[in-house]
Amino acid sequence: MAAVLESLLREEVSVAATVRWISGSTQSSEDDPGEAAALSSLRPLRREFVPFLLNFLREQSSRVLPQGPPTPAKAPGASAARPGGPARSSRGARSQLFPPTELLGAVAAEAPLARRGGRRRGPGSARERGSRGPGTLEEVVSGENLPWAGGRRPRGSGSPGSPSLGLSDPPNLSNLEEFPPVGSVPPGSAGMKPSRRINPTPVSEERSLSKPKTCFTSPPISCVPSSQSSALDTCTWGLGLPPACRSLQEEREMLRKERSKQLQQSPTPACPTPESGSLLPSRTGSLTAEPADPARVSSCQRLKLVALVYSSCIAENLVPNLFLELFFVLQLLTARRMVAAKDDDFEPSPDAIDSLESPLFQSVHDCVFFAVQVLEHQFQVLSYLDKGTLKLLAENERLLCFSPTLQGRLRAAYEGSAAKVSLVMPPSAQAVSFQPETDNRANFSSDRAFHTFKKQRDVFYEVLREWEDRHEEPGWDFEKGLGSRIRAMMSQLSAACSHSHFVRLFQKQLLQMCQCPGGTGGTVLGEAPDVLNMLGADKLGRLRRLQERLVAPQSSGGPCPPPTFPGCQGFFRDFILSASSFQFNQHLMDSLSLKIRELNNLALPQHEPSDEDGESDVDWQSERRQFAVVLLSLRLLAKFLGFVAFLPYRGPEPPPTRELQDSNLALRSQVPPVLDVLALLQQGLGAHRAVLTVPWLVEFLSFADHIVPLLDYYRSTFILLLRLHRSLILSKESEGEMCFLNKLLLLAVLGWLFQIPTVPVDLFFLEEGQLVAFEVDAVASEHGLDSMPVVDQQLLYTCCPYIGELRKLLASWVSGSSGRSGGFVRKITPTTTTSLGAQPPQTTQGLQAQLAQAFFHNQPPSLRRTVEFVAERIGSNCVKHIKATLVADLVRQAEALLQEQLVTQGQEGGDPAQLLEILCSQLCPHGAQASAQGREFCQKKSPEAVRALLPEETPTAVLRSAENIAMGLAIEKACAWLSANITALIRREVKAAVSRTLRAQGPEPAARGERRGCPRACEHRAPLPSHLISEIKDVLSLAVGPRDPEEGVSPEHLEQLLGQLGQTLRCRQFLCPPAEQHLAKCSVELASLLVADQIPVLGAPAQHRLERGQARRLLQELLSLWKDDFQVPVPLQLLLRPRNVGLLADTRPRDWDLLLFLLQELVKKGLMGQTEIEAYLGSLHEAQWPGDFSKELATLCNLFLAEPHMPEPQLRACELMQPNRGTVLAQS
Amino acid sequence: MILTKAQYDEIAQCLVSVPPTRQSLRKLKQRFPSQSQATLLSIFSQEYQKHIKRTHAKHHTLEAIESYYQRYLNGVVKNGAAPVLLELANEVDYAPSLMARIILERFLQEHEETPPSKSVINSLLRDPSQIPDGVLANQVYQCIVNDCCYGPLVDCIKHAIGHEHEVLLRDLLLEKNLSFLDEDQLRAKGYDKTPDFILQVPVAVEGHIIHWIESKASFGDECSHHAYLHDQFWSYWNRFGPGLVIYWYGFIQELDCNRERGILLKACFPTDIVTLCHSIA
Repeated sequence: MAAVLESLLREEVSVAATVRWISGSTQSSEDDPGEAAALSSLRPLRREFVPFLLNFLREQSSRVLPQGPPTPAKAPGASAARPGGPARSSRGARSQLFPPTELLGAVAAEAPLARRGGRRRGPGSARERGSRGPGTLEEVVSGENLPWAGGRRPRGSGSPGSPSLGLSDPPNLSNLEEFPPVGSVPPGSAGMKPSRRINPTPVSEERSLSKPKTCFTSPPISCVPSSQSSALDTCTWGLGLPPACRSLQEEREMLRKERSKQLQQSPTPACPTPESGSLLPSRTGSLTAEPADPARVSSCQRLKLVALVYSSCIAENLVPNLFLELFFVLQLLTARRMVAAKDDDFEPSPDAIDSLESPLFQSVHDCVFFAVQVLEHQFQVLSYLDKGTLKLLAENERLLCFSPTLQGRLRAAYEGSAAKVSLVMPPSAQAVSFQPETDNRANFSSDRAFHTFKKQRDVFYEVLREWEDRHEEPGWDFEKGLGSRIRAMMSQLSAACSHSHFVRLFQKQLLQMCQCPGGTGGTVLGEAPDVLNMLGADKLGRLRRLQERLVAPQSSGGPCPPPTFPGCQGFFRDFILSASSFQFNQHLMDSLSLKIRELNNLALPQHEPSDEDGESDVDWQSERRQFAVVLLSLRLLAKFLGFVAFLPYRGPEPPPTRELQDSNLALRSQVPPVLDVLALLQQGLGAHRAVLTVPWLVEFLSFADHIVPLLDYYRSTFILLLRLHRSLILSKESEGEMCFLNKLLLLAVLGWLFQIPTVPVDLFFLEEGQLVAFEVDAVASEHGLDSMPVVDQQLLYTCCPYIGELRKLLASWVSGSSGRSGGFVRKITPTTTTSLGAQPPQTTQGLQAQLAQAFFHNQPPSLRRTVEFVAERIGSNCVKHIKATLVADLVRQAEALLQEQLVTQGQEGGDPAQLLEILCSQLCPHGAQASAQGREFCQKKSPEAVRALLPEETPTAVLRSAENIAMGLAIEKACAWLSANITALIRREVKAAVSRTLRAQGPEPAARGERRGCPRACEHRAPLPSHLISEIKDVLSLAVGPRDPEEGVSPEHLEQLLGQLGQTLRCRQFLCPPAEQHLAKCSVELASLLVADQIPVLGAPAQHRLERGQARRLLQELLSLWKDDFQVPVPLQLLLRPRNVGLLADTRPRDWDLLLFLLQELVKKGLMGQTEIEAYLGSLHEAQWPGDFSKELATLCNLFLAEPHMPEPQLRACELMQPNRGTVLAQS
Repeated sequence: MILTKAQYDEIAQCLVSVPPTRQSLRKLKQRFPSQSQATLLSIFSQEYQKHIKRTHAKHHTLEAIESYYQRYLNGVVKNGAAPVLLELANEVDYAPSLMARIILERFLQEHEETPPSKSVINSLLRDPSQIPDGVLANQVYQCIVNDCCYGPLVDCIKHAIGHEHEVLLRDLLLEKNLSFLDEDQLRAKGYDKTPDFILQVPVAVEGHIIHWIESKASFGDECSHHAYLHDQFWSYWNRFGPGLVIYWYGFIQELDCNRERGILLKACFPTDIVTLCHSIA
């Protein structure tokens, strides 16, 4: 490898030839035969060149990016990942960075070694490197500690489908914590983490100062060996939550501390002055970066050459992750100072003719020069970054200094850019609304299931709210806090249909809360840029606030974060884990798969670039928006599908032995994939819809476990993706090609996928034979989604928040050097969740359909959308209309028929089921009218709607056709539904009506009598019924006692009360039957008390008794209320109950006069029948009374019977002229 | 009448171990003349109910029932016209109506062959004149009319108050031209949880979106509010989004803390309602 590079540097071969050589394309005729010969001899090494180059650059840069620990003494303890290998001299170590090629054959992955040996170590780090790097290498070479070393040799050239491929790499060579290998870290051997995505944040205290903010990588999957790392792993993947919690908590705590420390230092990434010699770096120490000077660049030519090769590799997509490389380049650009550049380790050896022997980057100037060179080549990509990043780049003084031209272009790009990426604020959680169509009782198997689901919905939201409130509290744990409640809820979902209902709710809520980018809850992905802004502002208070915010785990993890569940997504993940319900997971997978297929196939509006008027602008906005919504939904759904589907197989580590792995493979290859992603990918590529399909596929695959990439099925998928990756050459822009930003999005997501730990590294650097350039099937469709500008920067950054790391890096440079704010505007855009348009109905077959299609072909897309929309809505409205008219009429008929039945058959009416059958047999035939009525409705409404929605200027013929098509579609839709469902619908409605009627038939037929309303012009000012009941109750309680001596009622109050009662009964506004019934009962009780003279009167002259005449007036008033105003039956029989009549027993002397009067009046007013009263009086004799009372009672009866029709005046007269008859009676 | 927690606590403090009689209510009104009677009654009633819930169990042990029954029998033997049952209830600090129920149940157990069903007991309490024993009928009736927190009459008053306020709210909505679906309509459509009113077009009150309105003719104290949140308000939110609760008799100010979350509390019909404008553009 080194040889290639060297011949290049010696200008023995041209850059172009080299790149051709690397990419494996056939040699062109321009190639110098000598060159070709030189290179072809190196052919077997070709695929190792790129990893070599990348690692070489990392290694070289380590000498000038001194971001390691402050002192050498700290370093060994620092990484601690690897029990030290034998110490070697640092020179040895360095020379091992370019090992003989045979070695590389076996060790495809010196990357971690190289990088590890470098960058982090800081001043004097070479010695450190020496002590570990070579040791690990030696292990690799000798095969020590490598269980499968023997079987690994002939790798790479093996068949792509070979299951052993992914594991045939050597183990990770040393502490992976520091760098993710760019190209080639294999899954590790036991004790080694396979991950390239290692959390760079140190967890041990003594290393806390060693980590610069701008470390090259920072995905938070720890790879510190043993339990700690597995704790973190399980956390990230959410496995085995409870046991790991404690240590996890502690670890998080440490991480938080660590992060906040880093942030405090971030303007100066731990950059101690070399001569300080102190163990502690001075945090407030020199923050300034060394100025970079173009004049002091050491070897322009060499740097230019390497930059060119490197850029070409990037341009040809030979590097796995475009943005990772850009990040690296920006790191070089913003390198702060040179540390120990001329350490004695690096003294050029006397015989250093080998151009690689002298460091590539000898100073900050070299770094900046190199970086600017590369950036110049990558201008096109840069120009598509967001405005904020462009501004930071354009304002970078180093860039200005080294390449005013590039700076000028960037400034122009910045000024021309409209790509403001806004951070969308999360809308607060919204519930999925209750939909009577799907959520009503009819959709459940039983009442119980319906009510269970009702409860579940509430428990679900209760849990969600609690999570919202508490998940950011330190020490709160999802499983502990909510686990048992969730499981209790899940255990109630017994019926399969309940599961599907619940899954529907779950999925809808998931989409609603997490679909928009901001729906990540409290810790938004894009938050970190603000963090840097705040730092730039240099205010202590802000810093403190910042620290507080950082207590919450940060969701963005460097340029290559692992898949995470930021914000609300975490809730759904934890819910799935805590529920741990097989049924739920299965239903969820079914539902997610279905939705993914549905959305993936959604006919996204076709864009016609030649739309003549300004209409296209508006349309474009909405089309882009729709695409973004669909894409983000798909990604979310696919992420969860991947999570659930691979959940049973996930573990932090690959299978420990080859045998185990093979048996796993054998088993798993039998299991059909949960979703046929390969087919969908192939379809997507074929239909030029990669821009829609690939991003969600990547999300899905990012959750694959270690075995997945080894399965033939998925391996084919990966290879297809790789081929696609290789084919997405950004600089190629031709007709029918994919749009630039579309490509950029795919490159970003694929690059990210290739960095996922479970994706075997060697997959990317395959033998070229397996990666024949992806051939685009140009015939498939001329206007595929891929060639439309559907992706904008907002979507790009939303899907790939890690691209924002570039901006952070630049911003940290700004804040570090000038104290200025990074200066991008935070814009808050409220978003609403939009519903995804349903698939427009498929049109009829035949010529007509073809004609309709043809009609739309030459019309603006909005016309088609309008027509389809109208058809869809009118069709649906039509069904509703039929329900409200025809069906409602039938239901009324049913009710009438039922009433008849009930009358003829008596109150019982017979068996309800039978009744229903009779009614349905009579009514269902009428359903046949539905189609005709529906057709009529659609014919009337569709044209109106189309006319209203299309532009005024639409030509008449076009308008007419649009109307007709809309009408036809609407009729088709409505009639299809009606003919299939009308009978069932009528049945259902009639059934409901029958049960309603039968229920209403119930115990209180009297209450159903016709009720009068308020009199006209009633102002509803009568006293409230509740007030009256309360008042009368007070009088009753006073009368019944016990009472204080001074308590009593004034006669006026009683009269007023009855007056109010009359008003209330006449104004029906506030009266409900139960209240009226109680009023009736209370009034009867009051009458009994009046008759028995039991009401204590205030200030009455004699014995606190009511005057006779007053009592009679009150009774008269009551009688008229009973007669005229009550609309409920008045329980007058109470008057003659033993208890009420017995009230008289206590009075001395007994006064029967009022009772007699009352009874006679009742008869007279027709309130009670003579015989009815007689019967009650008769039964009174059965009760036990004191002897004299019985006698008097008997006399009363006789008197009542003897004088049935006492005219009123007479009664009054007799009352006035003689001691009243009751008293006489009593005395006799 | 929105009270702070401290104000509420002051009132609640005065209600400890006060029997639920009209005399107690009178005193309470004198003690807090500035508060509305309805609010005081509502608070009193709720505090008393909490108290009863706490002590309910101890009055229902076999021994307790037996001892109450014996004391009742002894009392009425001495003087059937004296308020034996009412005084017993006050003495043991239990609601008179509930005491009446205990004694009635015990009485029926003794006099009937089969243990009385709940519905029989309820109907006898509603109409004590049906109780076979005249003395007991009077005693029970006395308990019921003298109890201002429990019993069929009180239940009816509460129900009526609730209904009246719903009607009031409906009128106000009609007056403001806000179209709505009421509980009955919602139930007919198959909704599983139904607030009093769902607005067909949402409005904004004090800057908060309102989809539904629930009328509560009671005072919103912590206990009842939390129960309502759990059983009703959140359920409504879960289905219909944010909404408004009107506690006609006031509430504890501190409970109005879910505004941002989508549950707004008011003690009256809101005055500043912002509706969706149908601008003619």
